[in-house]
Amino acid sequence: MYAAIAAARKDASVLLLDKSLVGRGGATIMAQMTVAAAIGHEEPDHWTNHLQDTLAAGRELCDERLARLLCENGPTRIFEMDGWGAHWARGADDRIRQVKAPGHGRARCCYVDFLNTGPGVAGTLRRQVGTLSSVRRLSNVAVTEVVVHDDRAVGAVGMDVVSGDVVTLAAKAVILAAGGLTKIYRRNSASTNMGGEAYALALWAGAELIDMEFVQFFPIAHLAPRLVGMDPIMWDPFRYKLGGRLLNGNFDEFMHRYGGQDSGAYTTVRDHASYAILKEVEAGRGSPHGGVYLDFRHVPDETLRAAFGPVIDRLAHNGIDLTRTPVEVAPTAHYHMGGIRVDGRMETRVPGLYAAGEAVGGANGANRLSGNAITEALVFGECAGREAAGAAAGTACGWNAGAAAGAAERLRNALGTDDENGVPANVLQRRLQDVMWEHAGPFRTAERLGKGLDGIREIREAPVAIRPAEGFNLDIQDRMELRAMLTTAEALVRAAAGRTESRGAHQRLDFPDGDARFARNQALAMNGDRMEARWPNGDARS
Amino acid sequence: MSDATSRAGVTTELHVWRGRAEDAGRYDVYRVPYVEGMSVLDALVWIRAHVDSSLAFRYGCVNANACKTCMALVDGRVAYMCTARLTPAVGKVEPLPKRPLIRDLVTDTAPDDEKLTSPTQRD
Repeated sequence: MYAAIAAARKDASVLLLDKSLVGRGGATIMAQMTVAAAIGHEEPDHWTNHLQDTLAAGRELCDERLARLLCENGPTRIFEMDGWGAHWARGADDRIRQVKAPGHGRARCCYVDFLNTGPGVAGTLRRQVGTLSSVRRLSNVAVTEVVVHDDRAVGAVGMDVVSGDVVTLAAKAVILAAGGLTKIYRRNSASTNMGGEAYALALWAGAELIDMEFVQFFPIAHLAPRLVGMDPIMWDPFRYKLGGRLLNGNFDEFMHRYGGQDSGAYTTVRDHASYAILKEVEAGRGSPHGGVYLDFRHVPDETLRAAFGPVIDRLAHNGIDLTRTPVEVAPTAHYHMGGIRVDGRMETRVPGLYAAGEAVGGANGANRLSGNAITEALVFGECAGREAAGAAAGTACGWNAGAAAGAAERLRNALGTDDENGVPANVLQRRLQDVMWEHAGPFRTAERLGKGLDGIREIREAPVAIRPAEGFNLDIQDRMELRAMLTTAEALVRAAAGRTESRGAHQRLDFPDGDARFARNQALAMNGDRMEARWPNGDARS
Repeated sequence: MSDATSRAGVTTELHVWRGRAEDAGRYDVYRVPYVEGMSVLDALVWIRAHVDSSLAFRYGCVNANACKTCMALVDGRVAYMCTARLTPAVGKVEPLPKRPLIRDLVTDTAPDDEKLTSPTQRD
């Protein structure tokens, strides 16, 4: 949405497509945490400090151009959003409140109170987009391919979900802002449209992906008891405000055994925390549902209420009383550091094809700091929109019906492959989630990754059943999504197999140590029907 | 649905409105494994995965009540299906009554200026 706003500011005519309802899907709406930017309201800060922290967390793999853009432009975007009515939490002095999250050297993480950061940000952007007459919004349009002609992105082919009609869209520039891939894992904190389609669309169009092996597993996602009406990653704000002790199944603190701090200290960055929790579970010291306990019993009720007000009531509605019972938490697939390879203007190697937000790879390297995801959504969106509009202004429409016909034909063929002995695509998606969790999850080995590739191949070859239904046919939507999920999953597994070391969020049990030769990025691209890896800064293995 | 497993044999009956026109629908009855705390949305996702994938309903954020797109009538009252709890007794789910029906539980909730009326096609 930020890209649409920025493009409209440059006098572009914008089509803003969303597979669900505009501004109500994706990851932003789910973000209950913070937005990191060095605005210096809580304490003196500078974007170069933010950059230093981001690069340190990225374990030598950050694309410094992108990380710099994120940190340098973050404050401008925070203030612009403030002017548009984003209700950042403020102190009595009217300055924007900022908290300190793990890995950040200063208190620089802004938030909207009572776990409303994501909905607050999305709502603000949705309202702002709505004021712009040059932005045409289209809900329930699922893009299935970017159309490329004469080596340029010239539009897209997709489907109107409501009618089932094939849709073709001409454009002078295309921005992919469809978020991350965490839905390809069984345990995830994703919206239903986070199947990694942006990555597949980019690959098929001829762009490169980068750092695909780096999936962030959020360490303390809610596991039990059953919780509805809340995002499973909700416990982080509780930790930065109130501490909270992590205990294993024996009710013992354990973070110190992995080089971290105990006693409610909220200091361990995400890849280390996930590693420690999963190791405890593996050693048979997990909680009953396969995680660890998060314990707030030492925090008085009035302190809980002062910090989280209505959220405490929502927890009570779920039968959770933090003063009496610890909850169970476990790592879940949460964010993707890897993504579409772009230059400092957000353009891919395919002219006219841009990316924004989580779909972009490289800014966060091997591990992302808490709070950097919304910042990149805002900053990269603004940059991509502005640059794409600038490029479009000097370009003739390159639409080519022949190029689009191929994409439309592939869509119609996929829709026509109903097999009465087949399995619905949502069931196959679930199988893929299991394959990815088992074989390409937080701990990887060459053998597991090999099985992962086999599993992906089997699902790709499985006959798919599409039940006939006129209008809002989820089978068809799931079928197209599965096709993209499989491509993205394959890219991830191939990249994970290629990196024979452990670094940040990529942990290889068969190569448990970091290897200085791998302090470089891995890229992937299609060569005909085959996916090929490339090491743009030199092959670590040669 | 969560990783929690159903207590052996405990099911609940869900009556779900199906159809493309308000005056030409039916209630399909599904028996769903009951897990304490599960939502109506959990049950619909289970039905699509295990009984009938052609069932249409709208949802985005999966149980976080953040996207606000899963509204329907649950036991006669407007509710978000992701937070409406299933009970071990019989439940009934119907589309929103005052919105144009698309199919099954999906109604037209997109703002008027966000719909594709005529595909943008150029040859």
